[in-house]
Amino acid sequence: MAKNTLSSRFRRVDIDEYDENKFVDDQDEAAEHLGPDSAEVDNLIRNGDMMTAFHIALRNPPINTKNPAVKERAQAIVLKVLTSFRAGDIEQAVRSLDRNGVDLLMKYIYRGFEKPSDNSSAILLQWHEKAFAVGGLGSIVRVLTSRKTV
Amino acid sequence: MKFAWLDFSSKTSEVPGGMAYHSFLLEPITCHAWNKDRSQIALCPNNHDVHIYKKDGAKWTKVQELKEHNGQVTGIDWAPDSNRIVTCGTDRNAYVWTLKGAQWKPTLVILRINRAARCVKWSPKENKFAVGSGSRLISICYFEQENDWWVCKHIKKPIRSTVLSLDWHPNNVLLAAGSCDFKCRIFSAYIKEVEEKPGPTSWGSKMPFGEMLFESSSTTGWVHSVSFSGSGNRVAWTAHDSMIAVADGEKTATISSFVSDSLPLLCVTFITENSLVAAGHDCYPALFVYDAGKGSIAFGGKLDVPKQSAQRGVSARERFQNMDKKATSEREEATLDTLHKNSISQVSILEGGKSKCTKFCTTGMDGGMAIWEIKVRWNYSIDTVSHFTFYCTFQGKRSLINHALDSNRL
Repeated sequence: MAKNTLSSRFRRVDIDEYDENKFVDDQDEAAEHLGPDSAEVDNLIRNGDMMTAFHIALRNPPINTKNPAVKERAQAIVLKVLTSFRAGDIEQAVRSLDRNGVDLLMKYIYRGFEKPSDNSSAILLQWHEKAFAVGGLGSIVRVLTSRKTV
Repeated sequence: MKFAWLDFSSKTSEVPGGMAYHSFLLEPITCHAWNKDRSQIALCPNNHDVHIYKKDGAKWTKVQELKEHNGQVTGIDWAPDSNRIVTCGTDRNAYVWTLKGAQWKPTLVILRINRAARCVKWSPKENKFAVGSGSRLISICYFEQENDWWVCKHIKKPIRSTVLSLDWHPNNVLLAAGSCDFKCRIFSAYIKEVEEKPGPTSWGSKMPFGEMLFESSSTTGWVHSVSFSGSGNRVAWTAHDSMIAVADGEKTATISSFVSDSLPLLCVTFITENSLVAAGHDCYPALFVYDAGKGSIAFGGKLDVPKQSAQRGVSARERFQNMDKKATSEREEATLDTLHKNSISQVSILEGGKSKCTKFCTTGMDGGMAIWEIKVRWNYSIDTVSHFTFYCTFQGKRSLINHALDSNRL
């Protein structure tokens, strides 16, 4: 056997990186949103102002960054707001969103499904039902096809 | 006040005089094309062949099978005036078929692609055709008289993924292409060997071969289908993120889009300068109306047979069972109530062209073909529709399937 076969270093090379036909997404010049402000949201939850907390949590979604820490942080904040909602208020909150807002909410909901914890799935399913009533199958399709994930 | 109205009626075989839904196969119809007088249809029954069916009263009879491709036939187009059929397939080939006596004879066209061909369209003057492929390019093919064969030129930049759909502008030069890199683009396919230099259009005036005159900003879905309007001043496309959009060349290519709450649409066509019919995974054609003044698209309604509400009483036992099995006590229908029982993959205009369509046809993955009729009465004095409603004739009964939309220019 030839000596070369002893080395497996070549197996660590990601050959797709060097493919000149590799598809790279357009780099959008959009501003890098860094997720909602945690302190502000916490304050509002403590004061019981759920609607404002909800809207602020959905602002500045970190869709343009590739930093996983930023995304995790934003996800945690949104999840906290969603779980602090009373079941009866969910529908009203969803109604107050526009089309893009419903799509964004769906993205966060599915992100939340990925890592279930305690009671989060039950609450998220309730949110999902209400968001689906407004956004329909199209909003779920957009979660699946979106290149810029939350 | 004169009213004009749109009437969509799909006659089923129960209604005399019309064959509105015909089930050709149990497999998907991959693609189809009609001849000039709409008496014959060429379709691919999800295999390597093309079958030609002829209308025989109320029936369809198969007249010929075109067997030449070595892979699934992904696109068929039938040139109405020169009566030639062009087909393309996953075997990376395209054939131009000409009728010799009663037989169709193929001529191979070398496309110089190394991936499957996905769509093919004759140009309006039928002196060239375009093929979109997985090789991330478009092949524009024209006939070279001196060598007596078809040659092709490639449009490559800046396409970065499979070209899924093509549509020609009425000037025979501009070509809209929708591709898997999430963009709809308009290219110039000007071939100096076969035509004169084109005059300026609303998309631009300099049109050398391969020039890109328009590129949509990213949607996040593959662009499944593109369509120029009858005048060529507008282009519409549907994308896999359940979105339909229109770009208006006369308004410096501004894009209006409609984010839908249904499943993605796979095919779209203009039926008047302002309205579109699109269909897809929801198995019914839908109407969309573009308002140039507001720059917006509105959903005009679902165009399909009305739901047959068979309200039988639900017994207590059934309620209990449903509650146990499905957590709901309502009886849900397990069957689709649309005419097509599976996704609609292609829509084609039968009569009236893209400006005043009066009949169009849909084929889908259920192996069926449906013909839809539109009755339009124009308010000639002001050339506007002020009020319109949609009707559907099903099993002899006319029923209202959609409510009026006010003040929409048709």
